Amino acid sequence: MNRARKLLVFGGIGLAAVGMLYGLHYSVFVEHQTLDQMGGSLATAFVSAAGRHMPEAHDAVNTYGAVKYDYVRQVDVHSHWIGLAMLMIVLGIVFDSVAFGERTRLWIALALLVGSAVFPLGVILQTASYGATFASALAITGSALVIVGLGAVAVGFMRQTV
Amino acid sequence: MATTAIPANAAATFPAMGARRLLIFGGIALIAAGMLFGDIFAVFILHQNGGETGAALLAATQAVAAQDPSGVKEAFARIGNLMEDRGTKVDAHVHMIDAGYLALLLALIQPYVALSVSAKKGLAKVFLTGGVLLPVGIFLIHYVGLAYSPFPVIGWASILADSAGALLIVALIAEGWGFWNYLRGNRANPMEPELPADRGWERRTLLAGGTVLVLAGFLHGAIYAGVNLYEHEARETRILGAMLDAAAINQTGATAQLVNDYGMLQAEKAVNIAAHSHVIEFGLLAILLSFVQPYVFLQEKWKRRWVRVLLLGSVLLPLFVLLELKLGLIAGGIADLGGLMVIVALVGMLVGVLRYSGKLDAETENAS
Repeated sequence: MNRARKLLVFGGIGLAAVGMLYGLHYSVFVEHQTLDQMGGSLATAFVSAAGRHMPEAHDAVNTYGAVKYDYVRQVDVHSHWIGLAMLMIVLGIVFDSVAFGERTRLWIALALLVGSAVFPLGVILQTASYGATFASALAITGSALVIVGLGAVAVGFMRQTV
Repeated sequence: MATTAIPANAAATFPAMGARRLLIFGGIALIAAGMLFGDIFAVFILHQNGGETGAALLAATQAVAAQDPSGVKEAFARIGNLMEDRGTKVDAHVHMIDAGYLALLLALIQPYVALSVSAKKGLAKVFLTGGVLLPVGIFLIHYVGLAYSPFPVIGWASILADSAGALLIVALIAEGWGFWNYLRGNRANPMEPELPADRGWERRTLLAGGTVLVLAGFLHGAIYAGVNLYEHEARETRILGAMLDAAAINQTGATAQLVNDYGMLQAEKAVNIAAHSHVIEFGLLAILLSFVQPYVFLQEKWKRRWVRVLLLGSVLLPLFVLLELKLGLIAGGIADLGGLMVIVALVGMLVGVLRYSGKLDAETENAS
């Protein structure tokens, strides 16, 4: 197994483990409370409006929005880490079919792995601080690396020979 | 008439009732069944469920207008029930397909799993049993509920789903253990050969096409996150706030319009997420199916035909899911047709693999 394949397969396994552990931690310690808070705040908003307590109703709608903002990103991070990890492993198995030189393949593998790790990390940092520039920049850089890497892999698969 | 373009060493990698053969058959069958279920769900349940959820939300706003908190709670209970109905069906669809993907992935890594032949075959059976029972259990959760359950919050269907999930986990841990043995230098005896090397048109097209599909899905996701996600989130809270204000002052028409706007927003989000996830999953499927091509015993033109049908269906479904809000039912119909094309191509390839197995087994029997 050459270095590029090792990087993708073992990096993918590591990333999948991180994604699963993160998901496990989130589902055991955070998710149920978050879902309760989300459903509860929406129901509270309507019940408050039925009682004509409009400020409370609007507060509850805002709470619902904030909790959902967090929830969507937490779930996205978990699923994207695992999904990208699975893609890395599958590509790692077949990476010798990418018709480029060994050095180019190593750079492509590195771009894919770093992008796959960094892009969801940027997303999760957005929950720590709403709309933080650093977090958004990290997510954009990560996704750009994955996009460039995948484009190169597609070209490599289409080519007949190195 | 079948082609003779099967690699010479393919037979050695595909023994009768071996782990790899079980996982390839089971994996393709699970993916095809999961997709068929998804197509049926999209045609007969999804839109009706969305309509009923909208009606329940409207009932909640009417209860707000009537200053009836218990009516609000009843409407939310109804919404919760509808969301469970929809959610369990989506989960059954997704889990069946994902179990199929994992089965194909496990078929690929069999040479690197240092366990005995019988252990690998047993693990393949355990994995496939879990892969079938998990979505069945999830599907039944909504219908079985807590009937005859000895537990206060977990029903029999959940127990079935959790048990099936445990089977999958056990099988995956054991496969991981076999992989760990391989990394430590242990080798299975007899050692399963690697997949036959192949750079044929079908394989290259599926690999390149699959990667382009994943890339397209990733680009779409990036654009959605950059352009639409924050706007959708802001619009949702804005609509909900306005809906409550309108209901509180008995503006029936405005409230109904806002409920409609809310439904449209949910549909907008749903089609974007569905297009993003489906195009990536189809890309991954195409890449995984490229490994199976050496075992597809069909005429060259049929092998190529199924590859084209699969890739075309993989483009049509997500593209027309995205266009559903603009073109309505016509787009929905074309999207369903795309899904059907992928299913037909999968079944076509499965038939090719079955033919190859039959030929191989007959030759083995004649030789002995």
